[in-house]
Amino acid sequence: MEIEVLGQKDTRSGFGEGLAELGRINSDVVALCADLTGSLKMDAFQKENPERFFQVGIAEANMIGLAAGMTIGGKIPYTGTFANFSTGRVYDQIRQSVAYSGKNVKICASHAGLTLGEDGATHQILEDIGMMRMLPNMTVIVPADFNQTKQATIAIANHNGPVYLRFGRPVMPIFVKPDATFTIGKADVLQEGTDVTIIACGHLVWKSIEACKVLAEKGISVELINMHTIKPLDEQAILSSLRKTKCVVTAEEHMRHGGLGDAVAQVLARELPSPQEYVAVNDSFGESGTPMELMTKYGIDTIHIVEAVQKVMARKA
Amino acid sequence: MWTKLIKLSFVPNFFHRSFMKNNSLHQVASQVRRDIVRMVAAVNSGHPGGSLGCADFFTYLYFEAMSHNPKLFQMDGIGEDLFFLSNGHISPVWYSVLARSGYFPTSELASFRKIGSKLQGHPSTDKKLPGIRMASGSLGQGLSVGVGAAQVKKLNRDKSIVYTLHGDGELQEGQIWEAAMYAAANKVDNIIATIDYNGRQIDGDVEQVLSLGDLKGKWQAFGWEVFEMNGNNFESIRSTMQQAREICGKHKPIVVIMRTEMGQGVDYMMGSHKWHGVAPNAEQLQLALDQLEETLGDY
Repeated sequence: MEIEVLGQKDTRSGFGEGLAELGRINSDVVALCADLTGSLKMDAFQKENPERFFQVGIAEANMIGLAAGMTIGGKIPYTGTFANFSTGRVYDQIRQSVAYSGKNVKICASHAGLTLGEDGATHQILEDIGMMRMLPNMTVIVPADFNQTKQATIAIANHNGPVYLRFGRPVMPIFVKPDATFTIGKADVLQEGTDVTIIACGHLVWKSIEACKVLAEKGISVELINMHTIKPLDEQAILSSLRKTKCVVTAEEHMRHGGLGDAVAQVLARELPSPQEYVAVNDSFGESGTPMELMTKYGIDTIHIVEAVQKVMARKA
Repeated sequence: MWTKLIKLSFVPNFFHRSFMKNNSLHQVASQVRRDIVRMVAAVNSGHPGGSLGCADFFTYLYFEAMSHNPKLFQMDGIGEDLFFLSNGHISPVWYSVLARSGYFPTSELASFRKIGSKLQGHPSTDKKLPGIRMASGSLGQGLSVGVGAAQVKKLNRDKSIVYTLHGDGELQEGQIWEAAMYAAANKVDNIIATIDYNGRQIDGDVEQVLSLGDLKGKWQAFGWEVFEMNGNNFESIRSTMQQAREICGKHKPIVVIMRTEMGQGVDYMMGSHKWHGVAPNAEQLQLALDQLEETLGDY
């Protein structure tokens, strides 16, 4: 495995840096935040562009409506709050005023999934990818590390339409090159292999890299795909890999229902039926704990990816 | 986007002023009411009650008050007054006024609620109907949208203003009050929100379903400048809305509580909530049309 670790940072800081950069290069970008400016790392944008930053208080429904209205007149609004309050709390506002109305709003969601940690299940949304990918017109992006989150934050300004950008809280290794180009809907093949395909997104990409090292020692050749865009899904990348490996493990910090795994399964069921194992939370809420404790307890850690690979390979004809 | 700030060369209201020489607002409103009852009767669905009650206000807005450009609809509306209908179920009155003021041919009114139509049951943008900038129908969202659009007008140094309309029952939605708090705190003073205060909602009188209490006092407490008017009287509408426009730019958002009669203009639909979302049958349609003069030609 030739993947080099370039540092350690949280993906939310990648969002903050990307947004600050956008503030300097694109005068149409405006930002709204529901009382979580520090948590979302939106301070730099706020400081440099006070007239283009809107503090909306603890009122997420209003924030989504404001953002939809702000597109009329040519602005590109980025909304920021936790993933739970970015989706479940405001689903109907996003559905009607953003997705159905086709508005150019970027819904930026931090602290997604279990790795929010100690705050517990009220804040640990594991259904958001499913909700967002069900919405017509919505693009869904789950970048893998700090650099990719920064690159995605900047790239989505050039995509005219609603976007859901999901990132998180914990400090994790950085492995995407700082000068990489982020292309919406174009998967990154991190490692080529022949025995099994692992398709992962978000923090589970790093966990998959760790799993690949363990599997290499066992003599298993893994093809690892960073599927940073869940919708539109890079179906060609999935199919060309599966034609070679003939089995797949999907890995995500999300519920089994509705997330990356289901998106991949739909493609395979239609085009190339193949054995698949899910590494995802199994129909359960989370709880308080450290991010790493929770990933272990809820079955989305490195060891679970390794076990899923062995299981799925045994199912190959 | 700054390039879009170049002054647009259209002449606001020119079309309407010449049009209005020969046609009073009363005449337009009568035709709009005919359109409404014919549209809902044709598909045996839709919301005639609130549409009829707001026909006078819409007519005033689109034929006298707003600076807008029906012949060249642009989503961004730079330099134009904007209108957002938050209570989207009264789409028939909006569609009629949009067509009658020149946004699209009146013949399209015949497609209301039919498959493939641009005139969806509730307003939408996805079918590209000129004049519509935001989908509405799920209630309570339009004030946030209007406030956001108004803030961008300020960012763009655009002096035109934003109008919104809300049902009174719709004020039971919490998001309205989130937006109300936000607009006052941020001194959004280029928006005039209006309330269709007809006192009726689907299940009965608003007072019985969930009382709004002291509605004027609520808006004042939220930091808004409040006006009241009779939404079925053009003199009241004109003088109140002129006063409202005059205090734009004075650091406070403005709301106009508009008393209307649900079903106004069709006697058997007035004085009840029963015609909120029920279409007249053929016989009832004729009874309604007998009360509404055809002034501009039926579509």
